[in-house]
Amino acid sequence: MARAVKTQRKLINTAVAWAIGLVIFFPILWTILTSFKTEAQAIASPPIFLGFDWTLENYAIVQERSDYMRFLWNSVIIAGGSTLLGLIVAVPAAWSMAFVPSKRTKDILLWMLSTKMLPAVGVLYPIYLICIELGVLDNRVALVVILMLINLPIIVWMLYTYFREIPGEILEAARMDGATLKEELLYILTPMAIPGIASTMLLNFILAWNEAFWTLNLTAVDAAPLTAFIASYSSPEGLFFAKLSAASTMAIAPILILGWFSQKQLVRGLTFGAVK
Amino acid sequence: MATKASRSAARLMMAPAVVLLLGWMLVPLIMTLWFSFRKYLPLRGGDLGWTGFDNYVRFVSSSAFWPAVQTTLVIVLGVLVITVVFGIFLAMLLDQPMWGQGVVRILVIAPFFVMPTVSALVWKNMFMDPVNGLLAHLWRFLGAEPVSWLSDASLSSIIMIVSWQWLPFATLILLTAFQSLDSEQLEAAEMDGAPKPQRFIYIILPHLSRAITIVILIQTIFLLSIFAEIFVTTGGAFGTRTLTYLIFQRVLESQNVGLGSAGGVYAIILANIVAIFLMRIVGKNLDA
Repeated sequence: MARAVKTQRKLINTAVAWAIGLVIFFPILWTILTSFKTEAQAIASPPIFLGFDWTLENYAIVQERSDYMRFLWNSVIIAGGSTLLGLIVAVPAAWSMAFVPSKRTKDILLWMLSTKMLPAVGVLYPIYLICIELGVLDNRVALVVILMLINLPIIVWMLYTYFREIPGEILEAARMDGATLKEELLYILTPMAIPGIASTMLLNFILAWNEAFWTLNLTAVDAAPLTAFIASYSSPEGLFFAKLSAASTMAIAPILILGWFSQKQLVRGLTFGAVK
Repeated sequence: MATKASRSAARLMMAPAVVLLLGWMLVPLIMTLWFSFRKYLPLRGGDLGWTGFDNYVRFVSSSAFWPAVQTTLVIVLGVLVITVVFGIFLAMLLDQPMWGQGVVRILVIAPFFVMPTVSALVWKNMFMDPVNGLLAHLWRFLGAEPVSWLSDASLSSIIMIVSWQWLPFATLILLTAFQSLDSEQLEAAEMDGAPKPQRFIYIILPHLSRAITIVILIQTIFLLSIFAEIFVTTGGAFGTRTLTYLIFQRVLESQNVGLGSAGGVYAIILANIVAIFLMRIVGKNLDA
């Protein structure tokens, strides 16, 4: 009896959860589907769900007209570059805070977090002006540096919470056994730290990829990443649903896939370790 | 334990991060403060000198200010209520045993990874377009007159779009909190005959309170500065001009840097009020 009730409840849970999940996912699904339609089918009334002639021509047109690959390349460079640069700066810092904590470690960490709270719009003009003065408006390197600085607090925090979980006793034991500092770093700490570093990288890459304030305001043509590529479809091309969908699908597909791998790290990274 | 040498090595390792962030914080902040006290119109004469608190007074007394504050509050509160309430419900649901839990979780989380410009554009055109949008089709199918969402119900439409983006975040964090709930305690309460609503109010909600607070604080900080969603959909028209957007317009569109900077200082103060509460919670957690 009890088992039947349990199965029945599980069935109801499953049905409700799938229904809600599909509703939430629907806009993305619809975008992907529409990207394979012709323009006429995309605005057909009533809407066609699956029974249309699948075509790839929208992708070809979008690539040809707005040179998708160039924007994609900019996104990769900006998101990847800022993540790598951020790691180079953050790993030593998080490392020392986790393994050689001092009285001020907590204050420094909280202060770093506070810089993340600075609303971007509050410093928009100064940054804009500095970019003009240095001649780096619409420049990929400038965006790499700016996005690195924006995400640096998150990188430091995430790495810190990961590093802190590495037991210090292991290091002591290694030292007792006569390991030099170099050996300690290479053979003991690094292998233990790699998973944490990898998840930090992943989350940061996603955040940088989707960043849409600085990338929209500081780029024009040369350095514009996918966020700007899509914004250029706001009008009048936005009225061509199939092409808009193809462009959108291309902009989100890489990150959607990466995002699925990073869902566990997402919570830790975005709550600064306060929820695990 | 740490030797003197390792202490100074530690300081050296921390230095680049600290120096960079200090520069990133102080340089623009000081510039914004400086501009906010000056009459500065880059296209109409440049820096025209000291004006004291004139910009601050003008920013607040402009006719666009209070509507912008109101819009900001409505959007932030609306999104918070929707994401927290639905987030609790969804987290509770996802915590139950079911088939294909992993897949459902992925479906629910997906919107978070969609870049803001894409979700704004997709919603604006493919769903909310009054002629060809999917919602218009649905309305017509139901025999109703299609709504021009982004002009007639602009604020609710934006709340809807932003909530869609942030619901995964709230759900994910609340789900994590649910999973750390002590099931024995719940079972004990069930055995003692506590009805479901009481179990929810006295055991589940208190357990979630910290996660809820964190969701609220972090989302507030991000929501106060949403930009792309408005930039792409309405461009600040139809009563959707938030404080962030107003400052953006003052600085880059009307090129009144002094006035915009004063607005920026207000935005910084506002964000810091929220930030202080968040930092307290995070700080407490560090000691534990």
